[in-house]
Amino acid sequence: MSAKTLYDKLWDSHEVRKNDDGTSLLYIDRQLIHEVTSPQAFEGLRLANRKPWRVSANLATPDHNVPTTNRAEGIADPISKIQVETLDKNCHDFGITEFRMDDIRQGIVHVIGPEQGATLPGMTLVCGDSHTSTHGAFGTLAFGVGTSEVEHVLATLCLIQKKSKNMLVRVDGQLKPGVTAKDIILAIIGIIGTAGGTGYAIEFAGEAIRSLSMEGRMTISNMAIEAGARAGMIAVDDTTIEYVKGKTYAPKGGQWEMAVQYWKNFHSDEGADFDKEVILDASCIEPQVTWGTSPEMTIAINERIPDPQQESDAVKKEGMKAALKYMGLEAGTPINEMPVDVVFIGSCTNSRIEDMRAAAEIVRGRKVADNVQQALVVPGSGLIKQQAEAEGLDKIFKEAGFEWREPGCSMCLAMNADRLEPGQRCASTSNRNFEGRQGQGGRTHLVSPAMAAAAAVTGHFIDASQLAATSGSDVSGSTV
Amino acid sequence: MEKFTKLSAIAVPLDRANVDTDAIIPKQFLKSIKRSGFGPNLFDEWRYLDHGEPGMDNSNRPLNPDFVLNQPRYQGAQILLAWDNFGCGSSREHAPWALEDYGIRVIIAPSFADIFYNNCFKNGLLPIVLPEEIVDELFKLVEANEGLKLTVDLEQKTITADTGLKINFELDEFRRHCLLEGLDEIGLTLAHADEICQYEEKQKKITPWLFNE
Repeated sequence: MSAKTLYDKLWDSHEVRKNDDGTSLLYIDRQLIHEVTSPQAFEGLRLANRKPWRVSANLATPDHNVPTTNRAEGIADPISKIQVETLDKNCHDFGITEFRMDDIRQGIVHVIGPEQGATLPGMTLVCGDSHTSTHGAFGTLAFGVGTSEVEHVLATLCLIQKKSKNMLVRVDGQLKPGVTAKDIILAIIGIIGTAGGTGYAIEFAGEAIRSLSMEGRMTISNMAIEAGARAGMIAVDDTTIEYVKGKTYAPKGGQWEMAVQYWKNFHSDEGADFDKEVILDASCIEPQVTWGTSPEMTIAINERIPDPQQESDAVKKEGMKAALKYMGLEAGTPINEMPVDVVFIGSCTNSRIEDMRAAAEIVRGRKVADNVQQALVVPGSGLIKQQAEAEGLDKIFKEAGFEWREPGCSMCLAMNADRLEPGQRCASTSNRNFEGRQGQGGRTHLVSPAMAAAAAVTGHFIDASQLAATSGSDVSGSTV
Repeated sequence: MEKFTKLSAIAVPLDRANVDTDAIIPKQFLKSIKRSGFGPNLFDEWRYLDHGEPGMDNSNRPLNPDFVLNQPRYQGAQILLAWDNFGCGSSREHAPWALEDYGIRVIIAPSFADIFYNNCFKNGLLPIVLPEEIVDELFKLVEANEGLKLTVDLEQKTITADTGLKINFELDEFRRHCLLEGLDEIGLTLAHADEICQYEEKQKKITPWLFNE
């Protein structure tokens, strides 16, 4: 048998049938559901008088609309309230397990899936959200779907799909101190572009990826979609299995041993063929800051804002000019001189316990700079919040002047009350810097948790490793 | 789903690449639990000069005269021309719903983001991929000829105009068939229910943990 890629193996093991036209009916093991992209899917089921194929394959939680303050008072925005209540009602009516807003297990859908062991290696997983690629970190075929497909999966646990091409992104060698998973993925998107992965399933591999924790791997695969790839994945290894062990929905007893044996096959075979390969040297990656309105518009912290006049492609040149105008930036400005107004630490990209720890490490003993109007930390789930509090991280943030919030998507997309005002410049650990993404007129710079924390305590972008060298308490609590 | 067979309509040139779904329909409008009514808020932040919120009377809002959709010559357009990577970002199907509700049935671009492209076909929208130089030709043709109608024929897979223009395009046979017939994909899948059950029986032996209740 010929050598297979990880994606080939996941695809082949879920193919129910091949159709004559080159599409396949693909079986979906797990669907995660949230309030924004599901109401019309449930309505569709009712209108067609259909039932879920297998209720237990689905797991739901509200995340996009939920408030991150005063949970006990419920949702102030009446339209958001209806949407969350609609999810509650739909899950109740169809018997789907839901972690409601008042449940400690509630959180961002892409955080709670892995946290609960609802995301497992070797499975197929979908959700009506583009960042479903996150779950690929487990050697899982996971991709975002639209609402019609949410309904399709509810009704059939299958999707009609055409297989994507295989792309390998290999990051060789070791990262420099202070460089994180977020910097790797931004650097990758900077190289291949936001459409570079369109039509492909990306496998991330190489020593630098293997060395990452599951949290770091999730940050990488989370942003595969920002490179245009619906699915990004990483082979199963001991790190994966160790993370999954003991999780609520993970197999137990005899099934565990059987599962581990099965999962160990989910890696690309030696000599497997990829349609495209991109190879990076980890030691060349610097901490990244995006400067524009597309995640591919990224530079290293020691670089200057690029000049559109140097761009030969006419469409790209116009895109760069429009981005500079929207972002209120001038070509040639060093990015590490740019002051920030708001800092947001959270989102399905960077709201896990390791992200909280990395940010707290920088913040410890320091204060949020005077020019920073708001600094938010929004943990990815109730359980992460609890864990962080047990470690005293909340105190570090609060003493520095950060707001410590309840879990949800929050300012990543500003569907709840957390949003930027027009013109505000934000250092954000989220995944999209599109125009208006964090609030109309808001200006988003994507960074790692450590870089966001460093921007908060200095008031401008700065290489976080410069702060890591001296802890804040060593310099009498002053800002560096 | 509404069928798509043939359409003759004005085309509006949106001179941008990487148009993301946040731009197509901003997040505040995703709070609706309905499938319809998104048209007035299509491209909301580019189309209006004020900040839009759900429930506003959009007919009284100040329009941005510089935005191409607001120009009198493009009123009634049902075909949208754009550049690379149209529909990137969020998977929100509200984006094709907003386009469809506004009246757009065809989008022509050199490339589309995967999820958006896929979502179009569930909603009777036809995304057409053409080489950049042909899209460029269409931009120039449309901008030079006010009132020009393009005819998109899905049966023939052609785009034609009175100017003598004739372009052939390619499309997946399955997707073409579904659009032409307005087929319900869930119904098509359920016709294979026996095969799905057989697959599950086989998998229960290999990966029993995935079937725990």
